[in-house]
Amino acid sequence: MYAQLVKSEGSKTREEMTPEEIAFQDRIDRNEKIEPKEWMPEGYRKTLIRQIGQHAHSEIVGQLPEGNWITRAPTLERKAILLAKVQDEAGHGLYLYCAAETLGVSRDELLEALHSGKMKYSSIFNYPTLTWADMGAVGWLVDGAAIMNQVPLQRTSYGPYSRAMIRICKEESFHQRQGYDIMMKMCAGTPEQKAMAQDALNRFWYPALMMFGPSDKDSVHSAQSMAWKIKMNTNDELRQKFVDQTVPQAEYLGLTVPDPDLKWNEEKGGYDFSEPDWSEFFAVIAGNGPCNAERLGARVKAWEDGAWFRDGLMAHAAKASERARAARHAAE
Amino acid sequence: MPSLPDMTTPNLDALAGQALAQGGHAQVPAPDAGQPQFVEFLQRMGDNCLILGHRVSEWCGHSPALEEDIALANQALDLIGQCQLWLGLAGEVEGRGRDADALAYLRDAGAFRNLLLVELPNGDFGVTLMRQFLFDAFHIEMLRALRTSADPRVAEIAAKAEKEVAYHLERSADLVIRLGDGTDESHRRMQAALAKLWPYTGEMFLDDAVDQAMADAGVAPLPSALKAAWDRTVASVLDEATLALPADGWHHKGGKNGIHTEHLGYILAQMQFLQRAYPGAKW
Ligand SMILES: [Fe+2]
Ligand SMILES: [Fe+2]
Ligand SMILES: [Fe+2]
Repeated sequence: MYAQLVKSEGSKTREEMTPEEIAFQDRIDRNEKIEPKEWMPEGYRKTLIRQIGQHAHSEIVGQLPEGNWITRAPTLERKAILLAKVQDEAGHGLYLYCAAETLGVSRDELLEALHSGKMKYSSIFNYPTLTWADMGAVGWLVDGAAIMNQVPLQRTSYGPYSRAMIRICKEESFHQRQGYDIMMKMCAGTPEQKAMAQDALNRFWYPALMMFGPSDKDSVHSAQSMAWKIKMNTNDELRQKFVDQTVPQAEYLGLTVPDPDLKWNEEKGGYDFSEPDWSEFFAVIAGNGPCNAERLGARVKAWEDGAWFRDGLMAHAAKASERARAARHAAE
Repeated sequence: MPSLPDMTTPNLDALAGQALAQGGHAQVPAPDAGQPQFVEFLQRMGDNCLILGHRVSEWCGHSPALEEDIALANQALDLIGQCQLWLGLAGEVEGRGRDADALAYLRDAGAFRNLLLVELPNGDFGVTLMRQFLFDAFHIEMLRALRTSADPRVAEIAAKAEKEVAYHLERSADLVIRLGDGTDESHRRMQAALAKLWPYTGEMFLDDAVDQAMADAGVAPLPSALKAAWDRTVASVLDEATLALPADGWHHKGGKNGIHTEHLGYILAQMQFLQRAYPGAKW
């Protein structure tokens, strides 16, 4: 999930709600979409800004680990596919910043919060991409986990967010398939390629499981977000679904999931599996992952180095509109 | 294969189409121009796209604005696609069993035929944009002329590429104008970029024996014949950008004949790493 640990505001019982709040909740319960101009509780608005903003940040920071291999892609076709994929992620960022802007926060404000560390992005992008097989593992597992979360979010209660998710989901399945396709090629390749593929799975398995956020019993903000249909499933539900989908895919590749306790549980109709190391997750969220400094540093540098460019465009636009005004004036 | 979600995406369809187009050329005999010179010409076209595409792709995720990340990735994608077509045809005409990938990944720097201009480092974003503009203004004239090439395969590739490059030029010219006539700092940076790149523009219009053979066969224009149109485009854009046209001074050359700057070797070291480290592996 691209939005982890999103702090939710509010959480009132029906008795504590104002008539307005009750009417709002009833609309959500009837699966009506909430649109930007309509009344909404302040907590709903703030929670959405956090969640959509974090999601948008994840898309743009998410360009970096894969961008890391564009110049080293092993064939021209792979290079083109990876470029198209990374371009899609930037596009997703754009849709999501636009959706967030409908809630009264500007893209610049959100970026400022990212750069200062006030807002987070998904923990997954703080892991390094060390070999070409990581391009396979990221598409397969990371985009796979994102799809797991984003498909239900197409039905989320906030109209602009839901519509952004629908556009994004159309592209995500291509991302996952291109990743899996890389894995298939590597696994059918030389022993060295197959070893790279196994190593990539070993390194990305638990970080992918962490993408869904901590276990439900430790997720303090889930209930309100679920009542508002900002969050559609619990973290554990989605993680279970992801494991159940992914294990057969790993088997098909002839790869071993790095979990000795992974076992099919007939009774629950799903796999039993080991929890990731949550202390690692919290360390990464706190800024101590292997690539936190590089990733955020790269974004801040891009922003700061680009200031003259953005200022130049603004200044030109101001001059152009001033000239147009003067020309109109002269014509009158 | 286990189930993966199967929603269709335009991107994948387009890429699949591109791959088909790449392998789909009938074996039309090459024109009288002489095969080695024709191959040489096609490599010049393809290598410009490949190396500039590589440079542009280095910005992915690092550009000054999200819109630029998207636009640059798109531009790199166009250029890599064009490179696949030109080098694919080069390999076909050469007839030694090399495809576009073999040409891209298994030639050493001395066998590359791109202009020096496109291999220069990205510099600040102003250098990147100015390099793009100077090249686009040349590239578009070349492609327009190639649409009437005596070789139908060349004309076909040019027709496809021209649409993309027209858009590249529209974008790069617009940004040069806006930044030239923006703030003092953006003006200063764009003027500095121009000064840095100007000595690498002359090479685009130098004719040699290969160019002459292509022109004689009606395959391609003489590069020198494109200069007047390029001069006009550059002068008008720079004028609107309030940037001063540099005096025509010394010009570097060599790329078209395989004598490159020191930068190309590093580009190839990166680009070719996997193919070189794991010879024969399929990816
Ligand atoms: Fe995405
Ligand atoms: Fe994706
Ligand atoms: Fe394009």
